[in-house]
Amino acid sequence: MSYYNEMFEGDSVRDPYARLREWVETMPDDFRQMKQAEAEALFRRIGITFAVYGEGGDPDRLIPFDMMPRVFEQAEWRRLERGIKQRARALNAFLRDVYGRGEIIRAGRIPGRLVYQNEAFEKSVVGFVPPRGVYSHIIGIDLVRTAKDEFYVLEDNCRTPSGVSYMLENREIMMRMFPQLFRGNRIEPVDQYPDLLRRTLESVAPAKCNDRPTCVILTPGHYNSAYYEHSFLANLMGVELVEGQDLFVDGEFCYMRTTTGPKRVDVIYRRIDDPYLDPLCFRPDSMLGIPGLMDVYRSGGVSICSAPGAGVADDKAIYTFVPEMIRFYLGEEPILNNVQTWTLWKDDDYRYVMEHLPELVVKEVHGSGGYGMLVGPKSTKEEIEVFRAKIQANPSNYIAQPTLALSTCPTFVNEGIAPRHVDLRPYCLCGDRIELVPGGLTRVALREGSLVVNSSQGGGVKDTWVLSE
Amino acid sequence: MLSRTASNLFWMGRHLERAETAARLLDVGQRITLLPNTEAGYQNEWNSLLQASGSSDLFAQKYGEITQENIEEFIFFDRANPSSVASCLEKAREAGRIVRTALTSQVWDALNVAFQELRRIERQPRSKLDTAGLTDFTTGHTSTVRGAINATQLRNDGWHFMNLGYGLERADATARLLDVKYFVLLPRIEFVGSGLDTYQWQVILRALSAHRAYHWAYGGDITAGQVADFLILNGESPRALITSLYETVWHLEGLARRYGDGVPTSARDKAREVLTALQARDIEMIFDEGLHEFLSWFIQELSEISNLVHQDYLLGGV
Amino acid sequence: MRLKISHETVYRYGQPIRNLVQSLRLTPSVFEGQKTHEWQIDVSGGVKGPGFRDGAGDWIEGWTVRGPVDHVTVRITGRIDTRDMAGVLRGHREMIHPLTYLRDSPATRPDDALRALAQSVTGSDPLDLAHQLSASVSDRIAFRPGVTHTGTTASQALALGEGVCQDHTHALTAIARLRGLPARYVSGYLHSTIDGQAHDAAHAWAEIQVEGLGWIGFDAANRCCPDERYVRLGSGLDAADAAPIRGVAMGTGSEDMDVSVRVEEMAQ
Repeated sequence: MSYYNEMFEGDSVRDPYARLREWVETMPDDFRQMKQAEAEALFRRIGITFAVYGEGGDPDRLIPFDMMPRVFEQAEWRRLERGIKQRARALNAFLRDVYGRGEIIRAGRIPGRLVYQNEAFEKSVVGFVPPRGVYSHIIGIDLVRTAKDEFYVLEDNCRTPSGVSYMLENREIMMRMFPQLFRGNRIEPVDQYPDLLRRTLESVAPAKCNDRPTCVILTPGHYNSAYYEHSFLANLMGVELVEGQDLFVDGEFCYMRTTTGPKRVDVIYRRIDDPYLDPLCFRPDSMLGIPGLMDVYRSGGVSICSAPGAGVADDKAIYTFVPEMIRFYLGEEPILNNVQTWTLWKDDDYRYVMEHLPELVVKEVHGSGGYGMLVGPKSTKEEIEVFRAKIQANPSNYIAQPTLALSTCPTFVNEGIAPRHVDLRPYCLCGDRIELVPGGLTRVALREGSLVVNSSQGGGVKDTWVLSE
Repeated sequence: MLSRTASNLFWMGRHLERAETAARLLDVGQRITLLPNTEAGYQNEWNSLLQASGSSDLFAQKYGEITQENIEEFIFFDRANPSSVASCLEKAREAGRIVRTALTSQVWDALNVAFQELRRIERQPRSKLDTAGLTDFTTGHTSTVRGAINATQLRNDGWHFMNLGYGLERADATARLLDVKYFVLLPRIEFVGSGLDTYQWQVILRALSAHRAYHWAYGGDITAGQVADFLILNGESPRALITSLYETVWHLEGLARRYGDGVPTSARDKAREVLTALQARDIEMIFDEGLHEFLSWFIQELSEISNLVHQDYLLGGV
Repeated sequence: MRLKISHETVYRYGQPIRNLVQSLRLTPSVFEGQKTHEWQIDVSGGVKGPGFRDGAGDWIEGWTVRGPVDHVTVRITGRIDTRDMAGVLRGHREMIHPLTYLRDSPATRPDDALRALAQSVTGSDPLDLAHQLSASVSDRIAFRPGVTHTGTTASQALALGEGVCQDHTHALTAIARLRGLPARYVSGYLHSTIDGQAHDAAHAWAEIQVEGLGWIGFDAANRCCPDERYVRLGSGLDAADAAPIRGVAMGTGSEDMDVSVRVEEMAQ
């Protein structure tokens, strides 16, 4: 398989990378090592670490940071931006529809079974339209590139996509360590993201809020692997970071416990999963939730971002229908492609996948983080057979996709610089407007030849540049 | 401010102060082991210091013998000892991590660096470490955090809560240390020129990092009455009960002013009352009513102020 | 039938509690079989919170009690006219798609015995099938109070062969779903049993979605379909999901509950 290297066009270095190449080539080895150590020390000092669920080990492990930026030209980015915003609009239209009359199902475009019997479909939200009709306010769209003009959407994240703090911190650290790079290149800033996020949250305040809205971020607590991000965003937005125990319901509203008594909360950017929001509505055994929150939400006393049940739009089974959503709700053709996907509950697809396992990537419908997946071409015969048995036991739990020729970007390795596979997650904000900062999180598979970019599987991160005109 | 945030800031202050107390204990303990074993015995000295930190039983159970290594292990490293430097620094850092948004980056940086350094020290072989280094490590880092707080934190309610934690913990530590040693401070067993007594007072002063300051304040001989006066009623002494209480009142006044009429001020009222009672005394009166009785009363009042802080601010008004 | 309803639930706490939050599904459904004339909900020491109609068409009302209190009384009084609709829930406004009620839930999760029971039944059309499924539950689970409890699941009740209306309803919803018929748990009140004897007036039955007819009630405990003696309050995937009262309080002590329900016929 051949891979598109984002640095080259034929044999010559592409414009956006020309200066970077010069920078790398003139960089002495010891300087690079010194800078790498400095970057690591900076990350550790600011406390940006990542704990992987179920892996044990050092809870304060750092995600490796690669100093070589990934670069997009303005024209490339504009196309991505249009495609991402289009997708975000369609996903929200879909949520509004399936929690309302379900026109797309009545029209026979999506099987009702996939929506209504989906674990992520939240019965208690049916019939409720949140402020501005937005259900998913922060959408992370995972993209991969296979050729100069070929991008694919790998998956959508409509619940609470994480990683945006890396986008911001990677940039901070690059600017601090290599200011000369930023002087020489015209790189679009990303640091307006927290302000845009706050504005987005304020723009979806409930009808009963008639003052400047009070927003909070709701975290499961400081043992959560993304806690750093929660507190980082709260700090940059200037809003309180609360846990379930800090909030309570009284009468028609939700309040937080403060040193000056109860204070009303209007918008909750929650970073906890649906089942832990309200023990009265979801899990009676949950200690994390706020009893009565859903009643206040449904009666317009508080906004929850994203809406409970927003996950039904980013399910891997629903994913295959996103292009259909774009046509149905927006009357447009999709700007970004979906990856061809075989759904194993269909007999034809099942047969095909079972015959072609060594070529395919197979994923669990509800899996995430690179767990529970098979990368056919990178697996041994034994691994493939073990996975085959798992699929046979429960075919409807799996989807399969072709192994994509993920593009590579130049990346610092021990021997200097070498191509490594990358993906991209931009963060789209949906409120009264749809906003996207020029940039995102580039994840890089640091192991040579690896196509898995997840940080739990040996992935690292890079600063992502969008050059202005 | 969130009640939980205030509570974490309060406890961050308390644990930082407690870590410093532990480091001073370590310093004194180490000094004791260097002295010849007199009749009263340095073991007793050591024991009373442990009593002051409320951990003598735990030490006896876990280590028994008083040796330099055991002292270091127990006071500095041992996570089973809730008052060890490592325990306190970890709890302070954890509290800080929870309320990151309420800290300046300088304060968080100082706190986090202290913790990362602690982990580095923990990985080193114990034989490579000396007590003085561990003490310096602790006082150095706690001072850096303290300095970062004073230099960079907004003078807002969060700042008051941190300082309340520092103040109440400091008052409590001084009072407990005095209470354990109160018998040496009683004038009736004051033998002028007795080497042992002078030495014991020095231990107390050193344990409170006040031995040099004492000489500046009083000059000349060390007498029990003056030591007690210095540590209880002298407003120049940074660890004197009255100083800690004065600062506590000051921060509670700050909160009351800031929060206005809608928020209860029972902690402030109580702290004022205790301060007035302290100001009305001189050291003779305290000896007359009984030093131990006085200290018991004071420790009780401190705990009441702590409770009222909790009631007024940390329950969130419900 | 004109019915007068008084329903009182008293919670007594071992230790005083604070910040009780309740979500009440205690208002009669709006459909052609029911017309409510007067309905009052009161929670002692409570503040009435948000009220709204949910996707299933149920009226939900939130209440909070700040406390501390050692007991809380939830009192309902009302008058309602009912009509026999032969079990059909006609004119009921709801938005949740019937397919949603094919999902199982903790209390209705099928086991082999439930699957076998579901497969043992035949019906000439979906409506007949629903009737036969209901009859099969009546046959397999005898009405007997006191042998099961609120946490008993459908499979446990079937294994026991005895239970109360909650168990019949769980079993029927479970096997109807196994046969591809959307089914749900309904909570409400019942005036008297078929033979005219007094009955526990808080009641539950199942509703099964039949193509062309919509939702139809089946009371397997009483071998009938709901008529004018039934008052419908709300529905859910199982008893917990359809619970008329849900609440959480801050406190550590024990909790006892007393319920008394009276459903009386009034002169027209």
